Formats: sequence, structure tokens, C-alpha cells
Amino acid sequence: MKRILVCVKRVVDFNVRIRVKPDGSGVITDGIKLSLNPFDEIALEEALRIRERGEAEEVVAITIGPADCQQQLRTALAMGADRAVHVVHDGVVEPLTAARTILKVIEKEQPFLVLLGKQAIDDDNNQTGQMLASLWQRPQATFASKVEIAGTTARVTREIDAGLETLEIDLPAVVTADLRLNEPRYVKLPDIMKAKKKPLDSMSLADLGVSAVSRVKIVKTEPPAQRQKGIIVKDTQELVAALRKRGVL
Amino acid sequence: MAKILIVAEHDGTRLNASTAKCVSCARSVAGAQIDVAVFAADGAAVAAEAAKLAGVTRVLRIDRPENSHALAALLAPQVAHLAAAYTHVFGPSTTFGKDLMPRVAALLDAPQLSDIMAAESATRFRRPTYAGNAIVTAEVDPGTRIVATVRIASFEATPGGGAAPVETLASDVALPSHTRFVSIVAAKSDRPDLQSASRVVSGGRALGSADNFKIIYSLADRLGAAVGASRAAVDAGFAASDLQVGQTGKIIAPELYFAIGISGAIQHLTGIKDARTIVAINKDAEAPVFEVADIGLVGDLFTIVPELEKLLGA
Ligand SMILES: Cc1cc2nc3c(=O)[nH]c(=O)nc-3n(C[C@H](O)[C@H](O)[C@H](O)COP(=O)(O)OP(=O)(O)OC[C@H]3O[C@@H](n4cnc5c(N)ncnc54)[C@H](O)[C@@H]3O)c2cc1C
Repeated sequence: MKRILVCVKRVVDFNVRIRVKPDGSGVITDGIKLSLNPFDEIALEEALRIRERGEAEEVVAITIGPADCQQQLRTALAMGADRAVHVVHDGVVEPLTAARTILKVIEKEQPFLVLLGKQAIDDDNNQTGQMLASLWQRPQATFASKVEIAGTTARVTREIDAGLETLEIDLPAVVTADLRLNEPRYVKLPDIMKAKKKPLDSMSLADLGVSAVSRVKIVKTEPPAQRQKGIIVKDTQELVAALRKRGVL
Repeated sequence: MAKILIVAEHDGTRLNASTAKCVSCARSVAGAQIDVAVFAADGAAVAAEAAKLAGVTRVLRIDRPENSHALAALLAPQVAHLAAAYTHVFGPSTTFGKDLMPRVAALLDAPQLSDIMAAESATRFRRPTYAGNAIVTAEVDPGTRIVATVRIASFEATPGGGAAPVETLASDVALPSHTRFVSIVAAKSDRPDLQSASRVVSGGRALGSADNFKIIYSLADRLGAAVGASRAAVDAGFAASDLQVGQTGKIIAPELYFAIGISGAIQHLTGIKDARTIVAINKDAEAPVFEVADIGLVGDLFTIVPELEKLLGA
């Protein structure tokens, strides 16, 4: 079966203005809207489009996270994934642990392509896809804005600092999605109903033979330094005067 | 003692400014030995440039024909091979370093800290999370080798004037052939580079079309500034993707930044937090961009921008 594995993570919704706990122990997440990481949604959309073009037969979504992440997996199924794998885990999952876990699932599922977002918008790490490709000893194409499958290879266009780079990679491979790869579809109500009946496998890290190693200790969380309050000028003349006064012109 | 290996970023002929900023970050770790590794097809010129950076102990030059393009899958095994002798491996938090360093970290079985903005010690670092809205202090046990990407907007470039020795190393690390460079389409421009420019003029969705966006270029040219854009402006095709500023675009720290017709979403603002002076031009007095602007002007950009350009020309 030609299969694509898509890795998704639950994060604080991108519209939420995050606030740091007064005691510096983390950010306030109680009662806050949680969603699929937007980049992972884009990755999933790309997998669905590849399947819809007939270049893949099955799309499997996987997440690692607490039991109630099932809700986000159901969203992935409602978008169109065929089935889901939930690795249930409550604690911190460092990127290297996530990559090891996904690799175990790859060994079982044998996908020809693994898609995931280039970064999760909570930790902003931008690591998991690259680490996974490294451990799997397969190609990586990060920050993808275009993916073309051609038999046993893929051509991927990447958004890099210098412009747009195209790579040719042998499959299987890992591709991480950037913003402009596509625009994810909206989920329709009947799809949500259908998603409830789609297969969802749960397992633990231990079932996969992975232990969650935590080597980075977060000792403090602080709000960013605040900028000094600025001024409002009434026209361009005043603007130029204010710029001169600050010595930046 | 900390031994830090920095992976140099370059285009084959010139060292990227991000490397001098990585060196600054490394220099803030007291007493560190700092080696810069140049992987290239012919790294002579780049290595010579790196040798001049103040604070560098040695420059290691590794020439291989496979290094003519910076492909993470090919560079990572070479970096990991060298890294065995180091306590820290740093790369810039540019698309080059973001692509490469986690691949190295996995080979080394080392944790990575992304976008470090300060090194408080050899084992304690600060980095932004949640689009810069929560700054965490992260610590590893002494003796844990770490890989890090350096948030270049947080550091001044280390000055020149150094004269580190350049050592040429032979490399016979086996490299995969599964990843091949095809092409790069780079926007050729005589304008300053967005990432290192001291002045940047950015336009947003309000510009309405690629044609209208020309007034942003025109003002930028008047100021000798680089051009930037919000995600909305890039998505709409008004500006090229490598001009996007923000959480998922470029993080910049110019002396002067103009946000024109940009609302100031957190994802955009995180890219300009370190700008010295932020100017916002927006017709909506309630736009969040005014909360961070040093100088705000409320009004229609299509009147203001040409007027401003004229005033600056006088
Ligand atoms: C995962 C993720 C990552 C993202 N990463 C980035 C990123 O890296 N960079 C980024 O920029 N965004 C990013 N975004 C998008 C971000 O959330 C905003 O949608 C985007 O920045 C909005 O762009 P804008 O300000 O140009 O458009 P809008 O929010 O639509 O703002 C347009 C502004 O123009 C003003 N305006 C309209 N007409 C005029 C006029 N004639 N004169 C003056 N002012 C006028 C309006 O008052 C408004 O404030 C990201 C979003 C997500 C979900």
C-alpha cells in the first residue's frame, strides 16, 4: 500500500495571546483554545492532495500527546486522513524523543513519504522532521512550498533565505511544510461525523519501546522585554522631524 | 572547558554575516575555545574571511566536491564527525542552520536548543517560544553535548582583526547520494540584504497589489533600505517569499523599521522586536502595530508614503 504518514501536534491556537504564569513556571494554558499546529495542517492537506491525485493510497495521521489530543486526531480524520495513530503520553516530549517514536511507527507502517510541519508554534523548535530524517537515514526537504512526486523520487521546492531552492530526493523521505505549500481545506460537518468511525489506534511509548528522555530543563519562563511606549505624530512632517530627533535619518 | 564548533554559512565565495554573530554568541561563554568549520568545494576564500573574526581559535577547512551546495543530508555526517571533539556545536538560526543542525544533533544523540538569544553559561541559555511571547531559560547537565542554533538578531557581529590559523582537514566520511541539488531561483537585487540591512521598509496586505507594492520599493530606495513584507503580502503575491518578516520568515534587527499597512499580528511582531526604531503607518488607530511602534502615523498609506518620499528627497 502506498502510504503517507503525517505527523501532527496539538498546540495553543495561533490566535491566542499567550501569557506567562506569574511564578515563571510556564505559560497559562488553562481554558485556552488548542488546535492542530497550523504547519501540520498544511502537511496533512498536502498528503490528501497527493492521495487525491492517485499518487498515494492511504494517509495515516500520528500524534504524540495526552489522551485528550484525540480531538485533534479526529480533526485530522475529518479533514480526510484514512486512519490515525495516537501515542499517548502526558509528559514533555523532546524533539529527539518525538523523532524516535515516529521512527518506530515508520518501521511498522512503511510509508513512502512522511510529511510534517516545519515547526510547531508553541516551542518553535523546528527540529523534529530533520531529526527523524537523520535517524531514518533518509533524505529531508525542509520548508517545502511545492512537492512533486515522480515515481521513486520527489522534487521539492524549498523556501530558503536566498530564494527558492529545488531538490530532487529519493523516496522514502521526510518533507516539512512551509506556509505557502497549500491552503488547508475546511472541515465540513458530515466529515466530522464520518471521522468518528475511522480507525484510531492508541498505544504508549513503552509499547513502541521508546523511553522519553528529557535532557533540557526549563528553569524559568518570562515575558519578553517590553518596548517603551512610542509617540503618535500627526503628519509626515512631524514623522520626519521625529526620525531626525532620534538620529535615525 | 567549553569547546565550541561553529558551522560557517557561506555561498561558496563569501562568508555569511550570520557566522560572525554565532562567534559573538560563542564568545559570551566564558573561556570557550571557538573553532569555525568551513565545508565547501573550495573553501580558501571563505576560510580566510573566517580567520579574521575576533575570538576565533582555529578555522577548519574541509573541501569536498560534494560540498558545492549546502545539502543538510551531506553536511550533517561531516559535521557530526568533527563534533566528536567538541562540547557545543553552533550554527546560525537561518534556513541553512535550521535545516542542518537538527540533523547533526540526531547523529550525535544530542539535544538541540533552537534560536538561542543569550548564553548565560556553558550549560544555560535563553530562547524564545510562542512566537517570542514567552522567553525560556533552558539548562542541560554539565557534560551533555549540545547543538544549538543562534538567533542572529540577538547578537552583534564579532569584529574583524583576528588572525586565526586555518587548518585543512581531509574528510573521508561516507556521504549519501539520495539528495540532489537541482536549482535555485534567487531574486537578484541591488538592494541591501533584508537580514543584515540597517533600514527596512515593509509592506502589508493593505498595498493591495504587486503593482501598488512598488511604492514600498520606491521609499526603500530613497532610504537605502531593504524591503520586507508581511505574510499576507507574500501570500497574495505582492512580494517574494524570501522577503517575509516574522516568526516563520526572517527575524531582523535593523536600526529603522517601517511597517506600512501591516496590522501587527504577533507572528509579524516577533520578527522585528529587536529593531531599534519602529515606525508604523496604518489607517486604523487601533491596529496592534501601534503598541510596539516608537513612532506611529495614522492615515492612508497611499497619501503618506509618496509624501514621505518627497520630504526625504528634499
Ligand atoms: C503559523 C503562522 C505563521 C505566521 N507567520 C507569519 C510571519 O512570519 N510573518 C507575518 O507577517 N505573518 C505571519 N503570519 C500571519 C499573521 O498572523 C497575519 O495574518 C499577517 O501578518 C497579516 O498581514 P498584514 O498585517 O499585512 O495584513 P492585515 O492583518 O490584513 O493588516 C492590514 C493592515 O493594513 C491596514 N490598512 C488597510 N488599508 C490601509 C491604507 N490604505 N493605509 C494604511 N493602512 C491600511 C489595516 O488597518 C490593517 O491594519 C502567520 C500566521 C500563522 C498562522
